[in-house]
Amino acid sequence: MHFFLQELVNGITQGSLYALIALGYSMVYGVLKLLNFAHGDLYMVGAFIGYFVIQWFGGSTALSIPVPLLILFMFLLAGGGVGGLGVAIERFAYRPLRDAPRIAPLITALGVSFLLENAMLLLFGASYRDYNTSAFIPYSGGIHIGSLNIDTVQILVIVVSVALMAGLTLLVAKTKLGRQMRAVSEDREAAEMLGIDVDYVIAATFFIGSALAGIAGVMDGLAYNNIYTLMGFIAGLKAFTAAVVGGIGSIPGAMLGGLLIGIAESMVTGYISSTYTNLIVFGILIVMMLVRPTGLLGKVPLQKV
Amino acid sequence: MTVEPESPDVGVEQKHDPSVGVDEWVARSSGRREYASGVRGDAQRVFERMGWWPKLAIATAFGAIVPLLLTNDFQLQVGINALLLALLALGLNISVGWAGLLDLGYIAFYGFGAYGFALLSSNQLNAPTGIHFAAYVSLPIIAVGAACLGLIVALPSRRLIGDYLAIITLFFGEAFMEFTNNVAPSKLGGPNGITSIDPIKAFGHQITTNKGYFYFLLILLVLSAAALHLLDTSRTGRAWRAVREDPLAASMMTIPVNRVKLMAFSFGAVVAALAGTVFAAQQINVFPTDFDTPYLILIYAALILGGAGSIGGAIVGGLLLSVMLDGLLRSPTEAGYLFYGVILLTLIVKMRPWRKLIAVLAATAVFGIVVHTIVEAISKSAVAGGPQSTGWIASALHNWVVVPSNPTTAGNIGFVVLLCLCVALRQLKDPLRTVLLVPTLYLAACVWEGVLVAQPSITRQILIGVILIVMMNARPQGLFGARRVEVM
Repeated sequence: MHFFLQELVNGITQGSLYALIALGYSMVYGVLKLLNFAHGDLYMVGAFIGYFVIQWFGGSTALSIPVPLLILFMFLLAGGGVGGLGVAIERFAYRPLRDAPRIAPLITALGVSFLLENAMLLLFGASYRDYNTSAFIPYSGGIHIGSLNIDTVQILVIVVSVALMAGLTLLVAKTKLGRQMRAVSEDREAAEMLGIDVDYVIAATFFIGSALAGIAGVMDGLAYNNIYTLMGFIAGLKAFTAAVVGGIGSIPGAMLGGLLIGIAESMVTGYISSTYTNLIVFGILIVMMLVRPTGLLGKVPLQKV
Repeated sequence: MTVEPESPDVGVEQKHDPSVGVDEWVARSSGRREYASGVRGDAQRVFERMGWWPKLAIATAFGAIVPLLLTNDFQLQVGINALLLALLALGLNISVGWAGLLDLGYIAFYGFGAYGFALLSSNQLNAPTGIHFAAYVSLPIIAVGAACLGLIVALPSRRLIGDYLAIITLFFGEAFMEFTNNVAPSKLGGPNGITSIDPIKAFGHQITTNKGYFYFLLILLVLSAAALHLLDTSRTGRAWRAVREDPLAASMMTIPVNRVKLMAFSFGAVVAALAGTVFAAQQINVFPTDFDTPYLILIYAALILGGAGSIGGAIVGGLLLSVMLDGLLRSPTEAGYLFYGVILLTLIVKMRPWRKLIAVLAATAVFGIVVHTIVEAISKSAVAGGPQSTGWIASALHNWVVVPSNPTTAGNIGFVVLLCLCVALRQLKDPLRTVLLVPTLYLAACVWEGVLVAQPSITRQILIGVILIVMMNARPQGLFGARRVEVM
């Protein structure tokens, strides 16, 4: 039972990260109907920014500022930096193609993803970098019940993710920007006719979605220590799965999907074998798509003629 | 609104009947294009009047001469890689270019062909003797297998539209990698792959030399191109393009949309699998990493560069990109020719009038000399590095580019600034844009000489990414495709 609970906690931790990335996919898909393949790489960039913040403040063993402040800085810089990068990518690569055939921005997104990965590879090399979290957030903290360990970083990840998701839900449901975002995702042309600044709303969506991915990247570094330039691809793919399982375009769906994929992955690793984790996760996705192509919480899109 | 019927002007070819996906206006305006006078015009006219098979025959003849001109095995290998990429781009063109389905699992079909051939012509299965089929047995088995696999992968496309299909196929590609890496290591070899595969053999003959594989691939490519051309002009080809433009309207016209989509996948899969068999036979061994996502993106880049939707475009794109990346990026000197050549060519094509072009180039030269002098006056070590490449370009640029003795950090900053400048250039309007172009060009040369030349494999990948983005933005029809106009 303890083993099960432990795997569940691990799964929820991993799942929260997937959910945060999936949210970005889903939001961008909502407003632009574009699968942003570069999203996973934004997550990687976030992880790198977090790493360099640690180095900036003296490295993991000799921090010059208190840990909570450090984590705050990491979140702010990674969120802001990656958010800005997301906006720049939208402006540079996707905006000119907004009215092009559907396949054109998809292929551009592949190119952006590839460019980001290799630009980072050129800048920082292929070697793994280590957050070395245990040097400043000791493992002994957190909750320990019998053999069940929930360490501080896991609590941090879960709490921050829940807070961000709650904030996002409020933003989309209550604020003016949220209303505009919903309007644009419903019908872009009509929204434009009603006086909504569509360019601004899309840029804001990219900023928020990318910032979430950046923060998720930092938390990935904190929780799993090792970061490298190609980490974005597979994480992006899993988050993709999460967004699709939940129903792409739906925000609660992305959260649910992320948690499900995280838990499923953790259970497969714990009870079956880590070799087949990816195969089984992909299998779940394919079955899911065949049984219910709109995802768990997705709406069936109306086809307009 | 009345439309003037096209008058049979002198020198204007009556355009063939309107084809699906090409706007009438575009077709007419390209038909109205003036022919150049003199020999060039005659050549142009003859070329346009030529049917498809004389063109193919001429291209084949050129291809057949190439091995006679090559002097060593490395060059032949470059040629084989180029033909393989062209063949793969040709297959990808079916689903992406014609049917408009984004197939991100395409690389798995290539891998399937390679692994299929490897299993049927090595000691892996049925130990200890193994299975050693002749090509006329194994190739049909693989082709049929690939067609079935294509059908299975495409089955979700019956219910999925556009992007969902892309995901499913992407997963399929990833699953193939995972499968070959992890499942049945005694048969598939895991990460170590399958080694010592037989060459392609039939009726007591076998292909053992690179020259042999070059010709085999050439024949395969020509046959595929001819078959695909016939397919393209057939009812199926028209149905594909109708489905690409508007599936709903196509189904209203009683086109069996699902069946047509499945066919596109199957045909693409067969072409890719055949390419895979040749790859396996020529390389003698296959590894899971031969079929990873970067190679898939390379195939996409080739297709997009040449022009999705046209057979000639796919082939030329594949050949061009492969030769460019393999042949030229291997040595820094030749990479330099390529880099400066492409920049110069783009400027010549894009910059009008001529005075502006000359002004920009001169300004860049002066700017470089000034910057170099200033930096040298401040710190000697900041210019101590010199160009990382060799050859006459590098020696010409020696006192022009600023490369510090340890170029990594400065080069990295320069690279990021260069990316920012490129983004800025795109946003700016003309007077400022031309001014900003000067430092951008100079910085590009510095970054090239300082960092990029020293990292050819990463530069290669960056180049592929840039090709995809720039082509999609600036010229989505590719170098050789016809512009499509969206019907609103």
